[in-house]
Amino acid sequence: MKVMALTGNEAVAEAMRQINPDVVAAYPITPQTELMHRFTEFVADGLVDTEMVLVESEHSALSATVGASAAGARAMTATSSQGLALMWEILYIAAGLRLPIVMPVVNRALSAPINIHGDHSDTMGARDSGWIQIFSENAQEAYDNTIIAVRIAEHPDILLPVMVTMDGFIISHTMERVEVLDDDVVKNFIGEYNPKYKLLDVKNPVTMGPLDLQDYYFEHKRAQAEAMENAYKLIKEIDEEYYKISGRRYSYVEPYEIDDADIILISLGSTAGTIKDVVDELRLKGLKVGGLKIRVYRPFPRDEIKEFLSNASVVGVMDRAIAFGSPCGPVCLDVKASLQGTSLSNLPIVNYIYGLGGRDITPKDIIKIFNELEKVRISGEVPNLPRYVGVRGEENYIEQKAKLKIKN
Amino acid sequence: MANLKELSQRTVKFTAGHRACAGCLPAVALRQVTLSADYPIVVGFATGCMEVVSTIFPYTAWNVPYIHVAFENVAAVMSGVESAYKALKKKGKINEEIKFIAFGGDGGTYDIGFQALSGMAERGHDVLYICYNNEAYMNTGIQRSSATPFGAQTSTTPVGSVEFGKKQFPKDLTQIMVAHGIPYVAQASVHNWKDLNMKVEKALKIKGPKFINILAPCTLGWRYPAEKGIEIAKLAVETCVWPIYEVENGKYKINYKPREKKPVIEWLKTQGRFAHLLKPEYQHLVEEIQKEVDRRWEHLLELAGT
Ligand SMILES: Cc1ncc(C[n+]2csc(CCOP(=O)(O)OP(=O)(O)O)c2C)c(N)n1
Ligand code: SF4
Ligand SMILES: [Mg+2]
Repeated sequence: MKVMALTGNEAVAEAMRQINPDVVAAYPITPQTELMHRFTEFVADGLVDTEMVLVESEHSALSATVGASAAGARAMTATSSQGLALMWEILYIAAGLRLPIVMPVVNRALSAPINIHGDHSDTMGARDSGWIQIFSENAQEAYDNTIIAVRIAEHPDILLPVMVTMDGFIISHTMERVEVLDDDVVKNFIGEYNPKYKLLDVKNPVTMGPLDLQDYYFEHKRAQAEAMENAYKLIKEIDEEYYKISGRRYSYVEPYEIDDADIILISLGSTAGTIKDVVDELRLKGLKVGGLKIRVYRPFPRDEIKEFLSNASVVGVMDRAIAFGSPCGPVCLDVKASLQGTSLSNLPIVNYIYGLGGRDITPKDIIKIFNELEKVRISGEVPNLPRYVGVRGEENYIEQKAKLKIKN
Repeated sequence: MANLKELSQRTVKFTAGHRACAGCLPAVALRQVTLSADYPIVVGFATGCMEVVSTIFPYTAWNVPYIHVAFENVAAVMSGVESAYKALKKKGKINEEIKFIAFGGDGGTYDIGFQALSGMAERGHDVLYICYNNEAYMNTGIQRSSATPFGAQTSTTPVGSVEFGKKQFPKDLTQIMVAHGIPYVAQASVHNWKDLNMKVEKALKIKGPKFINILAPCTLGWRYPAEKGIEIAKLAVETCVWPIYEVENGKYKINYKPREKKPVIEWLKTQGRFAHLLKPEYQHLVEEIQKEVDRRWEHLLELAGT
C-alpha cells in the first residue's frame, strides 16, 4: 500500500492501470479528459498492456468496448454528460448482451444550456438502462469502487456492466490523499477474465445479438432483471472481500450518526461528505440529525433504506438532477417507492433539488435544509413538491405561493 | 484463387435456412464472401435485412462467431473485436490467425454508419468491411438512402404528380473510401463470383482496413422477377452504372471494361423502381442519368490511367 496525492480522475486512472484492461476505448469530454490523459500516459510508458482505441465518438467508444468485451477481453471506457447521452443506445445493448464492462462516469450537467460542471443529470438519465451504478463520495471511493466494479461486473451470476461515478470537478479535479493498494494485490483481487462465451473462440462459434421476437425477448429481459437482483445480493460479498485486502469496508448505503436521529438527510456523491460535517456541527447544538449516503444506486438498496429510516421522524432526499414532469427527483422517487406499503409509508419526506450545473452546495444550505426539516417535524406540514435549493428567485417564489395560499 | 470446385467443398459459414426472400442477392453476396474467406473469421453485422433474416432467436444461419450490436456502429464494434484480438494475442491467450469481416447494408454504411466506418479506416484496424449495397433501406420498407440511384422510386421518394423519385445521384462511397488512403478498396458485383472471390481473398491477405462495395440487387425493392437478379447485376456493370474495379495502395485497376458500353436505359427498364422513367415526359431524366454515368466512368478511366 502507498499513499498518493491524487485527483479523482487520477485515482481512477491509477485503478485502471492496476486493472490493466485488455482494451480501452475513449473519446474526450470535460471533466473526464484528465482521466484518459493520465491513462494514455501509462500506455505510452508501457505500464499497461492495453490496446488503446481512440475512437471518433462516444457512441463508437462504447461500441468498440462492447465489441472487445464480446470478443473475450476485459474492456473499459469512461465518459461524462453529452458523451453518456450519445452512448444511450449502446448502454442498453451492453447490458442486454450481458457484457461486464466497467465505465467510470465523471458526472456533469446535460445541455441545454451547455455546462461543463458537476451534477447527476447524466447518470440519472441512464439509471434504468440495466447498468449497475455506484456513486463515489471522494477520490478514495472512486478508486476503490472502480476496482470493486470489475469483480461485480464479471461475477458469473451478475454479468452486467457497471458505472462508477464521481462528481465532475468537485471530485475529479480535487487533489486528495488516496491510499493505493499494491499492484499485485489488485491483480489477485480481480483475477483473470475468462468468459464462458467469446467471439474469439472460433472453434465454438456463438451468435451474439440476434433478432429476438415475441417468443423469447421477454424471457431474456426477465433474466436480466434477475441478474440485477443477484447483484443486489452479491455486491456485499465482494465488498467484504475488498475490505479484507484494503481495510476499507463499503456498504450499499452509509449511515452517519443515524441511530438516534429524528431527521435524516439522504444524498449521493460528494454532498454526503458536506452533510457529515453539518451533522457534526448541528449535533453539537443538540439537534438529532443524521445523514444517509447511497453508494449503490442501481440496484437500489431498498431494504437498507427501509432499515435505516425505521426510526426517523422526517426525511430529506437530495437530488442533483431534475426528473422533469415527475412528482419528485429520481432518488426521492426511489426512496418513496421503497417505503410504500411498509410501516414507513407515511414517513414525511421532503425532496431537495440542488447543485445543478455545478452550483455549489454549502454547509449553510444544508443547515437551512435541516432547519426546514425540523419545522416539518414539528408542524407535520410536508411540502410534497420538490424544494429547489440555492437557486435565484426561489425564496420569492415560495413567499408568493404563501401569499396566494398555494399549498406546497 | 479458389476454383468453383474448391469453393463448393468448403464448410459453409453462412448456412441455408435463413429467411431472406427468394432471389435475394445480398444473401448470395454473404455466402460468396464468407466462402472466399479460407480462415477462421469473426463476423460483425449492422442492423438491416441480412442481420434480421439470418439470426432469429433461437436460430442462426451463422456457422462462425457473429455479433450484431446496432445499425450504425458495426465498424466500431469490429474495431473493438480486432483490438481485443491484438491484446489477447500479445498476451499469448490466442494463437490462431483470425480474420475480421464487418458487414453493413448501404444504409448502415453510406449513411448512419459512415462516421464509424471512417473512424475504423483512419485508425487502421485490420478489418475487411463489406457493404452489401442494395441501394435503399430495405429492412424498414424500401426508403431512400444516399446509395439510391437518381430517379428511383422508393417509399420515401414516391413518384407523384410533381415528383419523379429520388432527386440526387448516389454518393460515391467507394471513392470516399479510396480517399481514406487505406490499402485496399474495391467495387464488385454479385453476378461475378470469380471477381468477388478474388477480391475477398486478396483483401484478407492485406493487413489494415479494407473496403469492398458489392452491388447486390433486391427483388423486393428494385421490383423485378426473383430469377432476374443476376442478369440485372450484370447489366449494371455492362452499362457502367456500377463499374467493378479495385484500388490497391492507391493504384486503380478496372476489372471489367465492357467492349461496348450498353445504354443506361437497358438497365433502367429491367426494374419497377425506374418504370416511370420510361414515360416520354421523363426522357430528359434518362438523358441526365446517362450523362452522369458517362462522367463517372470517364473519371474512373482517367484515374486508372486508361
Ligand atoms: C439508430 C437506428 N435508426 C433506425 C433504425 C431502423 N432501421 C433498421 S434497419 C434499417 C435500414 C437498413 O438499411 P440498409 O443498411 O441499407 O440494409 P438493408 O435492410 O437494405 O439490407 C433501418 C432504417 C435502427 N435499427 N436503428
Ligand atoms: S427485401 Fe431485398 S434485401 Fe431484404 S431479404 Fe428481401 S430481397 Fe433480400
Ligand atoms: Mg440497403
